[in-house]
Amino acid sequence: MTKQIIFSAILLITLCTFAWTIRRLARFFKLTQPAFPVKDIGKRMALTLRVAFGQSKIFRWPFAGLFHALVFWGFIVITLGSIEMVIDGLSGTERIMGFLGPVYDVVIGSGDVFAAIVLISILVFIIRRVFHNIKRFKGTEIKRISTIDAYIALTMILFLMISLLGMNIGYVILHDKDITGVYPVSQWLAGYFAPKMSNNAAGTLFEVSWWVHIILIFIFANILPYSKHFHVFTSIPNVFLSRLEPLGYLPNMENVMNEVRLMINPEASVAESPVVSRFGVKDAEDVNWKNYLDSLACTECGRCTAVCPANITGKKLSPRKIFIDLRARMKEKGPGLVKNGKEFTDNKSLLRDYITEEELWACTTCNACAQECPININHPTLIMDMRRYLVMEEAAAPAELNMMFTNIENNGAPWQRSQDDRLLWAEGL
Amino acid sequence: MNIKLPIMSDLQAQNKQPEYLYWVGCAGAFDDRYQKVARAFTRILHHLGIDYAVLGKEETCNGDPARRAGNEMLFHLQASMVVETFERYDIKKIITTCPHCYNTFKNEYPDVGWSGEVIHHSQFLQELIEKNKLKVPDNIFNEDKIVFHDPCYLGRANDEYEAPRKVIDALKTERVEMPRNKSFALCCGAGGAQMFKEAEPGNKEIYAERTEEALATGASIIATACPFCMTMLTDGIKYQNREEDVKNLDIAEMIANALGL
Repeated sequence: MTKQIIFSAILLITLCTFAWTIRRLARFFKLTQPAFPVKDIGKRMALTLRVAFGQSKIFRWPFAGLFHALVFWGFIVITLGSIEMVIDGLSGTERIMGFLGPVYDVVIGSGDVFAAIVLISILVFIIRRVFHNIKRFKGTEIKRISTIDAYIALTMILFLMISLLGMNIGYVILHDKDITGVYPVSQWLAGYFAPKMSNNAAGTLFEVSWWVHIILIFIFANILPYSKHFHVFTSIPNVFLSRLEPLGYLPNMENVMNEVRLMINPEASVAESPVVSRFGVKDAEDVNWKNYLDSLACTECGRCTAVCPANITGKKLSPRKIFIDLRARMKEKGPGLVKNGKEFTDNKSLLRDYITEEELWACTTCNACAQECPININHPTLIMDMRRYLVMEEAAAPAELNMMFTNIENNGAPWQRSQDDRLLWAEGL
Repeated sequence: MNIKLPIMSDLQAQNKQPEYLYWVGCAGAFDDRYQKVARAFTRILHHLGIDYAVLGKEETCNGDPARRAGNEMLFHLQASMVVETFERYDIKKIITTCPHCYNTFKNEYPDVGWSGEVIHHSQFLQELIEKNKLKVPDNIFNEDKIVFHDPCYLGRANDEYEAPRKVIDALKTERVEMPRNKSFALCCGAGGAQMFKEAEPGNKEIYAERTEEALATGASIIATACPFCMTMLTDGIKYQNREEDVKNLDIAEMIANALGL
């Protein structure tokens, strides 16, 4: 009974803390702009199955991809076991789902095997980080805190897996002939420990591991939203909420379109478009909810930046930085906006104080970043929205681009060539 | 061949409605190098007896470079003019030799009031080859090795990787791939309105990086299917002093050459 009370109290604290975090983020989301209506649920489910659960895009980098996929799939089955632990903890039962028989055996058995696989994968990740010089783990946008974040997450997962195996080994030794579920790895390991371990010791191993495991999960869940590993929660929804259009599509600005139509023909009937405070994106509250979700889902893996032609050739643009900056800026300005309303300003902005014009103008919109992102973050559309602000609100395009605009306005071509010469190419065909 | 280029307005005056609009694009009309591609493609259209016309002096920029440079206002000004022209001639099918125009018509014009079939010339040629309507002699590039550079707005932007490769393969010439190809392809550096400005400071030009990769395959022809890619890679070849032994050709030029047009 004491165990149940303690467990319930810890669970309550965990849930309250988590709810507080989510409420804070929900308020930030309320500050953002509309993106697109979420339709085509069937298509989205198929996409989620392929990209999230099937890990299809992570395999574009086969080595790291394989280990990530193993950790991901491991987490899925292990989480099922964790749900049982919560029920057991609340009701004072032991392996309450055991009645499921063969289904239980499969879930718990694969959880046991995956605990070992995840443990090995995490060791591989730590070794890669410590000993290999991996370029995409570096960059101006990767501050010390991000690196520390990575090691904290890896270490916690490592101990989660050790405690899960410890729990299973203790359980197997303790119950010997009367085991619920199957434990391929733990039973094999128990073979080594059992002769040297008394029932008492096995019971202690089980209890300690059980508590360590569940408390680590609770701590992990509450640290994640404040680190780049929030990814664990947000990436599956982020894939489900992907943009479904071809990568080449740039969302239309209906308000600008309507304004132009009225300019050409004052009698034109145009749909009423929402009043916007400004065209394009200057600061955190100008982005749409998908941009902000993208920033929360990004785990800073750097695949986008590694394939960016501008970044490869030494330009300042790093697609990853755009989203790290957005997240940081919302964290900085969001609370003020929530408290004081839309008019709040701290005399800073996402544009210029975080992201420079030089970065934005270096983008070729080649979409290599969006293609590469394992969780379907779309970088170019946000970069374009910031260009839209620069051009339409500040007329701050580079001089050569202003020339190009003038040419299009005057001659209908980006070059200074006369409309009347449009057929010269065909002479003497 | 003595070709009389069919113009939409002339045909309308004769009450004729061609099946396709060939959208030449600003590069096809004004870029010295890409004019040759427009000419080659036109010859192929006539060789095949395709029922088409161009807009001629009624063609104007569809707004893509303005939009990618952030000028949504100018994009809509251009787009509304183009849509009006399309409506006037009741245009339903467009062929274009420019992946940027292709992307804009196909993906973005539905938002501004025009939708129809949009075909990139690689897709157009591939379909005719597949249906056996276009027979390509395969004895002209026998000594060559060809590498294809994927235009971003055809490849990643619209998932078309096979059509241009199939067109090249109809020539029965050795074709090789760069390490970064198809969805992994590196941009030439000209997209997103970069074509019209100097690059930001860095330690290398993007076109140089891509050209080096293409040259490293040992290819004697770098094939493209985009006016901007052509400009960048031609510059890259010059920069490496390889104009003597490496050519940069559009797939339409290769087919026209093979057909002796």
